[in-house]
Amino acid sequence: MRAQPSQYELVAPGKLAGVLDLMAREPGVWLPIAGGTEVMVQYGAGRLGARKLVSLWGLPELRRIERTSQETIIGAGCTYSDLRKHLHLAQEFPLLGRAASWTGSIANQNRGTLGGNIVNASPAADSLPALLVYEAELLLVSARGERRIPYAEFHTGYKQTVLAADEIIAAIALQPRFNGYYSYSRKVGTRNAQAIAKLCLAGLGKVSGNKIEDVRLAIGSMAVTPLRLKRTETVLLGQAWSPTIPREARKAMETEVAPIDDIRSTAAYRLHVAGNLLQEFVEALFASESVEIEP
Amino acid sequence: MQTRIVGVSVPRKEGASKLTGRARYIDDLSLPGMIFGATVRSTIARGAIEKIQLGEGVAWHEFTIVTAKDIPGRNVVSLIMEDQPCLADGVVNHPEEPILLLAHPDRHALAAAIAAVKILYKPAPSLHTIEESERRDLIIWGKDNIFKSYLMEKGDVDNAWESAAWIVEGEYTTGAQEQLYIEPNGVIAQASDTGALTVWGSMQCPFYVHKALVALTGLPAESVRVIQAETGGAFGGKEEYPSMLAGHASLLAMKSGRPVKIIYDRMEDMAATTKRHPSRTRHRTAIAADGKLLAAEIEFAIDGGAYATLSSTVLSRGTIHAGGPYFWPNIRVHAKAYATNTPPHGAFRGFGAPQSLFALERHMDHIAHTIGMAPDEFRRRNLLHQGMTTSTDQMIHEPIVMDHLLDRALDLSAYHAKVEQFKTHNLTSPQKKGIGMAAFLHGAGFTGSGERYLNAVVGLEATAAGGLRVMVSSTEFGQGTNTILCQIAAETLGLEYDDVSMAPIDTSTSPNSGPTVASRTAMIIGRILQTAALKMRQTLIDAGLLETSSGREQFLAACRTYRERFGELQSFGRYEAAPNIFWNDELYRGEAYPAYAWAVYVATVTVDTSTYSVTIDDFVALQEIGKVLHPVLAAGQIEGGVAQGIGYALYEKVVWNDGRMINNQMTNYIMPTAEDIPPIRVFFEEVPYQYGPYGAKGIGELPMDGPAPAIVNAVVQATGISFNAIPLLPEDIFRGLTAEPERPEESLATALAAEGSQ
Amino acid sequence: MSAKRCEIAFTVNGTAHSVSVYPMERLLDVLRIELGLTGAKEGCGEGECGSCSVLLNGELVNSCLVPVLHAQGASVCTIEGLAPGNGALHPVQQAFLKCGGAQCGICTPGMVLATVHLLRSNPSPTLEQVREGLGGNLCRCTGYTRIFESVLEAAEAKAVKV
Repeated sequence: MRAQPSQYELVAPGKLAGVLDLMAREPGVWLPIAGGTEVMVQYGAGRLGARKLVSLWGLPELRRIERTSQETIIGAGCTYSDLRKHLHLAQEFPLLGRAASWTGSIANQNRGTLGGNIVNASPAADSLPALLVYEAELLLVSARGERRIPYAEFHTGYKQTVLAADEIIAAIALQPRFNGYYSYSRKVGTRNAQAIAKLCLAGLGKVSGNKIEDVRLAIGSMAVTPLRLKRTETVLLGQAWSPTIPREARKAMETEVAPIDDIRSTAAYRLHVAGNLLQEFVEALFASESVEIEP
Repeated sequence: MQTRIVGVSVPRKEGASKLTGRARYIDDLSLPGMIFGATVRSTIARGAIEKIQLGEGVAWHEFTIVTAKDIPGRNVVSLIMEDQPCLADGVVNHPEEPILLLAHPDRHALAAAIAAVKILYKPAPSLHTIEESERRDLIIWGKDNIFKSYLMEKGDVDNAWESAAWIVEGEYTTGAQEQLYIEPNGVIAQASDTGALTVWGSMQCPFYVHKALVALTGLPAESVRVIQAETGGAFGGKEEYPSMLAGHASLLAMKSGRPVKIIYDRMEDMAATTKRHPSRTRHRTAIAADGKLLAAEIEFAIDGGAYATLSSTVLSRGTIHAGGPYFWPNIRVHAKAYATNTPPHGAFRGFGAPQSLFALERHMDHIAHTIGMAPDEFRRRNLLHQGMTTSTDQMIHEPIVMDHLLDRALDLSAYHAKVEQFKTHNLTSPQKKGIGMAAFLHGAGFTGSGERYLNAVVGLEATAAGGLRVMVSSTEFGQGTNTILCQIAAETLGLEYDDVSMAPIDTSTSPNSGPTVASRTAMIIGRILQTAALKMRQTLIDAGLLETSSGREQFLAACRTYRERFGELQSFGRYEAAPNIFWNDELYRGEAYPAYAWAVYVATVTVDTSTYSVTIDDFVALQEIGKVLHPVLAAGQIEGGVAQGIGYALYEKVVWNDGRMINNQMTNYIMPTAEDIPPIRVFFEEVPYQYGPYGAKGIGELPMDGPAPAIVNAVVQATGISFNAIPLLPEDIFRGLTAEPERPEESLATALAAEGSQ
Repeated sequence: MSAKRCEIAFTVNGTAHSVSVYPMERLLDVLRIELGLTGAKEGCGEGECGSCSVLLNGELVNSCLVPVLHAQGASVCTIEGLAPGNGALHPVQQAFLKCGGAQCGICTPGMVLATVHLLRSNPSPTLEQVREGLGGNLCRCTGYTRIFESVLEAAEAKAVKV
């Protein structure tokens, strides 16, 4: 434990408004902390720059899941365990529940939050590709008011986001437009549990009359941010099955990603395996048409 | 012989205290007035220390600061060669080398203070691999960078090549491996103003620590007292390192006049303490037309890090095990331990044998493939039998059941059926399946004359409370020492398991039964304990308090009476070598170990060709170990060792940057979790060893030798690619499967040279 | 610059406590040092090994990653609170003892609490579910085999009330 607790302030206003007021008064000074599964690791290693922290843990405004006919609103303070336990979420947005089950351990799932995962902005985060393919929207909030942005616009660079210094993510909005879609996600980690992803592919697709009617693909750990594979989607859209399709998709994917060598893996491995997962997805997507999907 | 307690899975002696959280490990202990210590370490691999500056922003007057100048005795960590300083004095030879010690009443003040110490170095060139060291462009240790070398020879190797039908070569490498005990290293030291020093710590060998402290402090032996605290895992990683740590805490305690606690955090423990020696083994083998082994020329090299520490003994065991469980009419092993500018490597379960046996068992499969013989058949033709001699010319007088183990392991794993099944399956499936085996042995006890030199003593005493206590320096760190020793004593004297307990491990009161290493505790210490127990019985008989046919009640009553009369009742046994053990240290020949455990392991794997990851679907671990003293503990030892072997093979890679481990966190040094370990099926056979307690032989390290070669052999079968280095990660399998095709197995050496080191 | 201590009132193993601590002290350290409950251990300080696991309002958490402020008003259960008292063992502890689920013991408090947490929500887990439930608790000694047996034995014995 390489930090001195006496040098850190942590306050818990207890209400979202109190948190936002504090952040408005001293923008950029107070680091929000929810479950702490990321911040406390930095802290323990003596690498946490911030000295003032404001707690978002347990704020009722942030820890709720609301479902209307239009959309599902997930409070940013929901933990991975909350996500896994919510039945409708599991049914309507299975990729999110699956990603939640991959993150850390049970103990870390009980504390880690979806909002925290997004704000931490690691390109390796498990839930982010799912949010990209579901075309999630983020509700950002500050003392100045609210704004809603497509999640796809949130990341601007490696661990850079559009979040203002006085702002937090209040909620994640998902629209249930994927009824009948085939959904796929696969994480390749260093081991089966408690693994940071070497890469992670999420995909949604719909095939009709042997043609790809719609397809969405997103990948993690293959660029400085989680990435929507737009070129690959373009190549796939409208295509009928042929054995060259997976190869074409792979070629397109290779032009839009930028994997690196790091402590966990190599660029060459990541690139090749990403192509393999893409192939797996495409083959399964076409095969899914013959499977009856419940409305 | 029917036994009532030995051979039964009695409750772990200290199990209840561990399960309720009552067990006190070193960081759970506190002394009044205790302050906290920490270490300032080198950030370069090699060079001179030009200046040490205490930076701004720290109230230095509140700190106790210790340098090499404060060492009252000799600045060494006394072990074998005494080349390792306790604190660097003017020069450093590896990253993380300790330079300065700090202590402060507030544990939290230390990290900032360490960061504020500015050290000016004059860096010098450094070496970081066996290859760099053996080139000798730079000499960093002694005259030739070699800590130790052995030449082990049997028969006439040079003349065997001409009669060979095949000559097969191969090169095999293994990486460093971190012991990763879940409890990091820690000690508390207290120096009294009358010059007495007491140290408590997480450790395997209290008398090693004692010896090191005497050398470091110059205090008389009786003034130094070392006490083992409950120890949360060790696996060799706490065999020699605690001497260094105890030295540091003692220096701070002596200078500050306060008790000092030093606990490493995980990052420091991983970066600074010992790991398994990386190795490189080159085989050249002559095989006769009928598949019999004719000769081996083996070059075995290990990377010892910056100081000699235990490298000579690791090299020794690796050398002796290099020929495995086979009959070699002719064999020559050239073994060398090299110096590099890395934190010294040290003991880790297996101690050189996992390295040389990985190479051998991979090579056996390689030969089998080359000569067109099934891997099991090739091994069968060459297994040692009773009456044959090992690579050190040791005749094995006891029955060897390796043929039977091989049969049974093949049967348990459905080996032949799977080989056929997988051939078909692999033609069409992207999930490639393979099955692989390893046949091996592991010598128990210290090598050669080592046990005579240790001259272990074991005591047994009758306590005021009415029971008996075992007095040893053999420590418990999860493997079951406490339990089996109490079982043996109880069984020998016809008592109940609960009648016997363990005396605290304390150098001021415990007899020196030697270090808790080398798989010697059950076999050697257990046997001496029986001697001590029988002596106690005889003492009571001689005192007229006991009949030869007396039972438990009478025995305990006799103990009480004896104590009333004479004050105390203690009996001691001393090591007695089994007859006909001769070891020639010069020629490296003779009875290397008093007894061997024998094993055949079989791994069934699936290689996913989309992610190149390996899943182990089944693991059979079959071994002959003399006598199973405690079925649950014995199985637990095998399962735990296999799990570590799986990590060694597939997951645990130390990533180095100029001699520094950079993945020194649990998040990026990958150890298997509960979701990664396959079902491990453990089976025992018993050929009682005459000189072991109830026939028992040592088993602690055996399970470390087999998993890696069995698993890699299975992966090779599944993929058709010859992998010869561990850890074997998906990235390596990917490279092997997608590399330029047509790499025939015979040109292995060139292929490896081209690919470079792992 | 120095933060101010704050009063944290919480219940540990059924006993009410009030401690004056810095809000960013780790729950692990407050339990071990302020309250002398040394059952929870520090194996890694980064939430990977699980040897610091405790139950916080019934949820399994890594106490090395919980700022003590988050325990305000909470109910914490550590290994010391599991056994019923009078020298008896909790049925989960009993199962571990019988099946050899503890060797060196350092992972054991966390492992036992993870088991209790698992069995409370899933009294009859499959082996796969046991693996997942304990995936955050690393053990270096046992190879997990006997731990799985211990958990399944405890489940069989209906060791935990839902």
